Amino acid sequence: MTLLAFDWILLLEKLILIAIIVFASLGIALYTTFAERKVAAILQDRPGPNRAGPFGLFQPFADGLKLIMKEEIIPNTANKALFVLGPGLAMTAALMTCAVIPWSSSVELFGRKIDLQIADINIGILYIFGVVSMGVYGIMIGGWASNNKFSLMSALRGASQAISYELAMGLSLIAVLMVSGSLSLRTIVDQQMAAGSMWNIAYQPLGFIIFFVCAMAECNRTPFDLPEAENELNFGYHQEYSSMKLGFYLFSEYINMIMSSAVMASLFLGGFDIPFLDETTLAPNTAAILGLLALLTKIVFFVFVFMWIRWTIPRFRYDQLMDLGWKSLIPLALFNMLITGAFILWRQG
Amino acid sequence: MQALTNRGKSVSREPMTLMERMYIPSIVKGMAITFSHIFKKQPTIRYPEEKREFSPVFRGLHVLNRDEEGRENCTACGLCAVACPAEAITMEGAERMEGEEHLYREEKYAAKYEINMLRCIFCGLCEEACPKDAIYLSETFAPANFTRKGFIYGKEELLIPNPVTEPAEFAKARGEKRINN
Repeated sequence: MTLLAFDWILLLEKLILIAIIVFASLGIALYTTFAERKVAAILQDRPGPNRAGPFGLFQPFADGLKLIMKEEIIPNTANKALFVLGPGLAMTAALMTCAVIPWSSSVELFGRKIDLQIADINIGILYIFGVVSMGVYGIMIGGWASNNKFSLMSALRGASQAISYELAMGLSLIAVLMVSGSLSLRTIVDQQMAAGSMWNIAYQPLGFIIFFVCAMAECNRTPFDLPEAENELNFGYHQEYSSMKLGFYLFSEYINMIMSSAVMASLFLGGFDIPFLDETTLAPNTAAILGLLALLTKIVFFVFVFMWIRWTIPRFRYDQLMDLGWKSLIPLALFNMLITGAFILWRQG
Repeated sequence: MQALTNRGKSVSREPMTLMERMYIPSIVKGMAITFSHIFKKQPTIRYPEEKREFSPVFRGLHVLNRDEEGRENCTACGLCAVACPAEAITMEGAERMEGEEHLYREEKYAAKYEINMLRCIFCGLCEEACPKDAIYLSETFAPANFTRKGFIYGKEELLIPNPVTEPAEFAKARGEKRINN
């Protein structure tokens, strides 16, 4: 059925897919906040939240409800338009990343082949980098519009940290792109899935470590949580925020965490690839569901490692952070790139 | 300078080796430590369901005792009030009338007996001073209250339930560890 030479069902299909993926990410992020508290508790020999519902499973809803019911305060001296824009931008940027992540292979439904990916654009990785950089504006605008010294300082920290670590991240990524020869995430995943090929982490172990450290810095996670360093900057860039606007900031951090885990899984751990299994032997729908589960497992693993690190390592000092970014990670990433390039040349010629 | 104790350790100021500057071994070590805590037993006592036991010498809320027949032991002699360092106890005595022998053990009894729980320091000197075993400190503590007045406990709060009519409540109020009735 085509109308005006346009596949309207494709539009519907994509809209449904967007709705599912956005709401699923929100739901998973909701439970990531719960998981964070539980993981922190268990690593510290505490039971953690266990009062709301069985095992405290309704705790995130209680937290969310609390945030929504709180009074919404906009400081008198704040720039009101930007103050409202900040958390929205942070949240939008965090959610937009999920558009290019290949969640699984394709399912066949009602005689149509539906790719479990919102948009397979050929510059997927660049798109992710662009959107992630937009997230800095959320921090920057929020911190600046609050008209608070601490917020402004932490916003500056957040921005400089994100920019410094994006460089090393991009450089470590270039080595991956040299191996795969494509910027499309689906192509990168498909290459890792192909029979006889290994996951990119096998070719790029150093690149993976650099990317992982940078991803942690990009998500403002401990040990790189300088923008919200509680004991020096009170609460960081979201100090003046209250109610759900604060919730948006806190929430966008968790969504960023999930999305960067998904990107890392796709780039280095084969995305929705199930190890030691040839997916082509399965029925396409089964393969898609199993692949989705495999990707989710990898995401959960990365999120757990993020949390595990957070509750192990203390925060960096600001100059140490800059030292690590500029003097260690960027030279390492350049070295990694060089080695990869030399190796590829040697293989070809 | 002479060392004050022999526990001091000299700090190594040598520059870090490459291995140390990579930080990864020490980070892995730290993460192994936190991971091992997943399997540790939690010391948490989940309060409303579980309660920590008090020590046998715990001194809690006062109880005015009765004998086995359910008669009040207190004779309003005032020794507890004299012994009280916080001056938390006040009482008024009254003479036992004909036909009240089943209520009070001796000819005199406390018509009014008040302890101000905000003044009380739970030292237990009243318990020690009492010649009639009429007052002792139980194993509970004073619950919160909205007013200061609510912390002045009268006879109805302090008196132990009657062992003849309410044996179960009596045993509960008396506690396990007190045997000096």
